[in-house]
Amino acid sequence: MTKQFALGIFEDEDVLLHAVENVRAAGVKIYDVFSPYPVHGIDDALGIERSRLPIAAFFFGLTGLSFALWMQIYMLGFDWPMIIGGKPHIALPAFIPVAFELTVFFTCHGMALTFFTITGLYPRFKTHVMDVRATDDKFVMAIELDETGSQFSRLTQLLRDNGASEVNQKEMSKN
Amino acid sequence: MQHVSALREPLVTGGKTLHDVTQDICYQVEAKPNLRWMAALSVALFFLGVFFYSVYRTVWYGIGEWGLNKTVNWAWDITNFVWWVGIGHAGTLISAVLLLFRQKWRSSINRAAEAMTIFAVICAAMFPVLHMGRPWLAFYVFPLQNTLGSLWANFNSPLLWDVFAISTYFTVSLVFWYIGLIPDFASIRDRAKGPIARFSYSMLSFGWKGSAKAWSRYETVSLILAGVSTPLVLSVHTIVSMDFATSVVPGWHTTIFPPYFVAGAIFSGFAMVLTLMLITRVVFRLEDYITLEHIALMNKIMMVTGSIVGVAYITEFFIAWYSQVEFEQYAFINRATGPYWWAYASMMTCNVITPQLVWLRRVRYSIPLTFILSIIVNIGMWFERFVIIVTSLHRDYLPSSWAMFSPSIIDIGLYVGTLGLFFTLFLLFAKFFPVINMAEVKTILKYTVDNGPTYNPAKAVHHAPAHPAAPGVPASAPVTYTKHD
Repeated sequence: MTKQFALGIFEDEDVLLHAVENVRAAGVKIYDVFSPYPVHGIDDALGIERSRLPIAAFFFGLTGLSFALWMQIYMLGFDWPMIIGGKPHIALPAFIPVAFELTVFFTCHGMALTFFTITGLYPRFKTHVMDVRATDDKFVMAIELDETGSQFSRLTQLLRDNGASEVNQKEMSKN
Repeated sequence: MQHVSALREPLVTGGKTLHDVTQDICYQVEAKPNLRWMAALSVALFFLGVFFYSVYRTVWYGIGEWGLNKTVNWAWDITNFVWWVGIGHAGTLISAVLLLFRQKWRSSINRAAEAMTIFAVICAAMFPVLHMGRPWLAFYVFPLQNTLGSLWANFNSPLLWDVFAISTYFTVSLVFWYIGLIPDFASIRDRAKGPIARFSYSMLSFGWKGSAKAWSRYETVSLILAGVSTPLVLSVHTIVSMDFATSVVPGWHTTIFPPYFVAGAIFSGFAMVLTLMLITRVVFRLEDYITLEHIALMNKIMMVTGSIVGVAYITEFFIAWYSQVEFEQYAFINRATGPYWWAYASMMTCNVITPQLVWLRRVRYSIPLTFILSIIVNIGMWFERFVIIVTSLHRDYLPSSWAMFSPSIIDIGLYVGTLGLFFTLFLLFAKFFPVINMAEVKTILKYTVDNGPTYNPAKAVHHAPAHPAAPGVPASAPVTYTKHD
């Protein structure tokens, strides 16, 4: 399904932030903003909620830690206890390095996989972008239009008034 | 609107705009490989050939190809292993620790430093695997039930901790590096002309578009990865040092080893970063991104860690005397005055005396002196590991077992060969991947750009630039804008 988008192109992050607030205040819903680098403060301006990723990180770490301790205690303490100079089979201090490393291992890889999954990042043959300059030096504000595209002229004026250097219309498959 | 601090040196010089950054960094990726790069790659490939030949000899004829003997049964292999792992540490320090401390100057060097980490760890991993003698059985180190019985790996062994530490370190560094690369691959993809380039960089960029939500998550994930990598980088060399410290060999059995090794690792790592960066900035014309200020800052870190290492050397000696343990005392006296005195003297000169020269501003800001210094430190740190390993082993408890170590040609071939492997990987990285983190440099551009010509400390005058760095910025909008919080 293809959709019509109005694209406001901005040259500066501060102008963009200002425009995002004004466009939203004017009652227009912003589809997304594309920028070459993270613009600080845009989360609040766009109303993006604070990410819950750190909570996921904690649980990934906990999983790694529990797995590592279980693995070492089960293997050396119960499944095949090795007698090494009469020392205890479950030697917890000696298990700490591996437990720590696996905590980090699980957190990092769990976070990376979660990030790729929720952001929809995976290798693809072709990438359709709103404007190729969004990964170079332009800040692109995309606003979804209805089928007729009737609001385009009104939006052009609104975006221009808020510092957009150009306003384009683009048809994109929405994904 | 620009916020240029009057107190700080600009991090990017030459009045760069956002587009200039993309242009400068992508240029190397898009241009045809230049002659200097091809020449460097052929030298590196020659040494890679030396590496493969040495590996073939080691695997086909066995460890007997090395110069090891019954007394000195660990020598160049472990020296090289520790040396390479140590070098890797600077990359993680730059990418993780300096991110947490919000040191913005890291932006220009973190990509290449992280690449260096990954390639150094690959080189390091070669040595323990080859020392197994039968590298095809390397999977025995993982906790898989042994094919000969139901025996598991021994988790009480520091060598097994090493397996977990190095593999975690390698994979975590790789993932962290790759996530940082995704937005830059997207930049290259959106500029790519040819179908092959567009296809490859589309695959590599994972369909990154730079949407606000993706950036928000990207920053959260980077921060979390930096948070876990910081203790990780400290743990890795700690565990490497435990290979020695948990033994009962005089000269190794030292509680000071973990912090001493970590400081040494960062010390040697920054030396290697400097060596690589000084070459890269000239070859790829990145003088505006990797400025003298960056070099001076890295030199300062090298000096601090070098001084910690110096203090550790002296502490070891003091403790050997203070412990009143005869064996320990002998080990240290033998280190300094025994048959390996020259290795010890090189280590002391290279690691304790040379970094102190960095106190002089003239040395800190001098490119040729810094380059020489970084090479000397790399040599010194290699000798440090050699001294610790070989001098502690070669005088066994029984004088009849005393021996000396001399490397075989295969030992030398393997060491020089890993340098070839390292530089082959680094040169391929520098050609096909963006060597500087474009997205991150762009974030600091507005605050630290300098409009003057390429930075020259002699005539540096701090003043607010007369016109904004990014042309076409409407003058009206930002003035009324109050910072959003």
